[in-house]
Amino acid sequence: MATQFRLDDDEVVVIVGSGAGGGTLANELAQKGVKCVVLEAGKHYQPDDFENDEWAMFNKISWLDKRISAGGWHHTKTYPNLPAWIVKGVGGSTIHWAGLALRFLPHDFRNKSTYGHVDGANLLDWPIGYDDLEPYYFRAEKKMGVAGTAASGLPLLPENNHYKVIAAGARKVGYKQIVRPMAINSQAYDGRPGCQQLGFCMQGCKMTAKWSTLYTEIPKALDTGRVELRPQSMVLKIEHDKSGKVTGVVYVDPHGHTQRQAARVVCVAGNSIESPRLLLNSASSLFPDGLANSSGQVGRNYLTHTTAAAVAIHQKPVHMYRGTALAAVISDEADPNPERGFFGGYHLEGLSLGLPYTAAFMKPGGWGRDVTSALEMYDHMSCVWVCGEDFAQEQNGVTLHPTEKDQYGLPVPIVSKTDHANDAAIRRHGLAQFRKVSEAVGATRVIDMPPYPASHNMGTNRMSAKARDGVVNKWGQAHDIKNLFISDGSQFTSSSAANPTLTIVALAIRQAEYIAGAMQRKEL
Amino acid sequence: MTTSIDETGLSRRSFLKGSGLAALGVTLVPLSALLVSPNAMAAKPFKTLSPATAKTLEKMARDIFPHDKLADPYYRQAIAPLDVEAGKNAATASLLADGVSALDASARQRYGRPYTAVAKEEDRVALLKAIESGPFFQKVRGNLVTGLYNNKALWPQFGYEGSSWEKGGYLHRGFDDIDWL
Repeated sequence: MATQFRLDDDEVVVIVGSGAGGGTLANELAQKGVKCVVLEAGKHYQPDDFENDEWAMFNKISWLDKRISAGGWHHTKTYPNLPAWIVKGVGGSTIHWAGLALRFLPHDFRNKSTYGHVDGANLLDWPIGYDDLEPYYFRAEKKMGVAGTAASGLPLLPENNHYKVIAAGARKVGYKQIVRPMAINSQAYDGRPGCQQLGFCMQGCKMTAKWSTLYTEIPKALDTGRVELRPQSMVLKIEHDKSGKVTGVVYVDPHGHTQRQAARVVCVAGNSIESPRLLLNSASSLFPDGLANSSGQVGRNYLTHTTAAAVAIHQKPVHMYRGTALAAVISDEADPNPERGFFGGYHLEGLSLGLPYTAAFMKPGGWGRDVTSALEMYDHMSCVWVCGEDFAQEQNGVTLHPTEKDQYGLPVPIVSKTDHANDAAIRRHGLAQFRKVSEAVGATRVIDMPPYPASHNMGTNRMSAKARDGVVNKWGQAHDIKNLFISDGSQFTSSSAANPTLTIVALAIRQAEYIAGAMQRKEL
Repeated sequence: MTTSIDETGLSRRSFLKGSGLAALGVTLVPLSALLVSPNAMAAKPFKTLSPATAKTLEKMARDIFPHDKLADPYYRQAIAPLDVEAGKNAATASLLADGVSALDASARQRYGRPYTAVAKEEDRVALLKAIESGPFFQKVRGNLVTGLYNNKALWPQFGYEGSSWEKGGYLHRGFDDIDWL
């Protein structure tokens, strides 16, 4: 019998969201004896529900509640109602992520110190450094079974065709750091099988070789008997008492009934659009601008990574779809080097698409022989995704629509993003380098693609040393409300050029230690 | 905290679009529409679209995504979902019928004959180019992205093998067979 907590049990930690942040936090807290209720907006799918079918899974698991793209980015034209490509379901976007587990670099935590004043940007140093997080990176890599790390002891995944063609080109142009720290089992690990190169990592790994909280952290948390998971439970607002401490959350249950769950501590991990949205929707007479928002930074400094994509058409077949979606990753450009004409750095990440997605994303809105002559060479393609540093800008962020409501009666979120001049420079450089890498192995045609809807969403509740500069402190604890925590990528102060999941997991492990300790000391 | 529309640079266009796949400029057609074999499809009449409208849409489909190696039934199959939708939705039915009429009218004006009778592909493409940002063209193109490329029957012609889990993945089926590097 699954554990159930009473709605008026005010000893529980309520966790909103069950992805990389929320799912990990629930398990880590439960292992330390803390009782948790996890409220997840989406359904509880199982690997049996996963199909090796791009559109079928897009429709099944994507967060498709209405959102509005605004600002100067390409998405207002290409994806006007799908600014972000993330998951609504137990496990959150760990169902969809490709599994690339890169660590941030030390300078990433010193964003402002590294780059100084950058016009138009709102840079800030993290209140923690790489050394603070290093032991937690190790624990995250071990937990997630990251291939090729000392922490897991697992060997690297084998090289698939897509890896080989990108790595060969990269070496020819002089790149040295060709890596693939993947949280995909290269052999059986932690009760899950080794990868059989299905090629549908981003449609939910049907064989559970790729780490996802859905079938790792969450069942482990539930097994402790100290965690209750409530799927299809959309949180509408967080409530507080007169002193300003949060006391519980109001949510809609699977039957459409409004419920209130009491809480000793509330941890918000709904990804970087929903998390600030929930704080803004929780505005009250005591907190008229939303919870934890005395700085005015809730919903601001939205980071997505600076991204672009391209396909290269080779002279002979590649069959990029055979095997792990993420192939070779070129890390040589990740370190800052102002001689390239921009701040920050980027990774070139080989990321395959199936034919149905290639047809949709290669040239959104495109048609004619220009498009079809490329698609006819689908099996000769390699495909890259540029993942670059994205500078915080205050006006980039999440706000609430003044009148339009969603199916829960909540204001529709407006997700606004405008490129910094630096972004355009990174994109240009990254695409030019991929062209060189591809042509070095004989590619005859390289087609630049617009960025996909954002899967990396960060920064809208950022960490700061001082309360006036951000939303949470070095533990992810709200500056304004001590029993309110942010437990997802929205607490990031900078984006780095690394995919965010590993850092979200490392921060969640660290935060769980802090919360459990503070509860024991009766500070919470 | 709310922000006014002007402050965010929100375009009116954003409001006019639906959510989800429509936001991608893509319509996900029901799988059932694609499970019929192309030959069976060729023989099967459409329920709502008139033969003349269907014929024009079929030609238009080929001009939008021209693949010389694909036989006509694939294009007919790709527009079949439009017939299904037109049967359920009068607005779609008239969008398609009116769109075809307008396309034929501009073809007659420019080339003295209806669209399907315009001999040169480049001339037909020019006619489509003139309407590519309009709702009729967008509707047809958006449907084709999945009507054509999500049709499993034609994947082998593009060298895409699709679902692999039921065959043990690609681990023993060529995931690392590249031999030309």
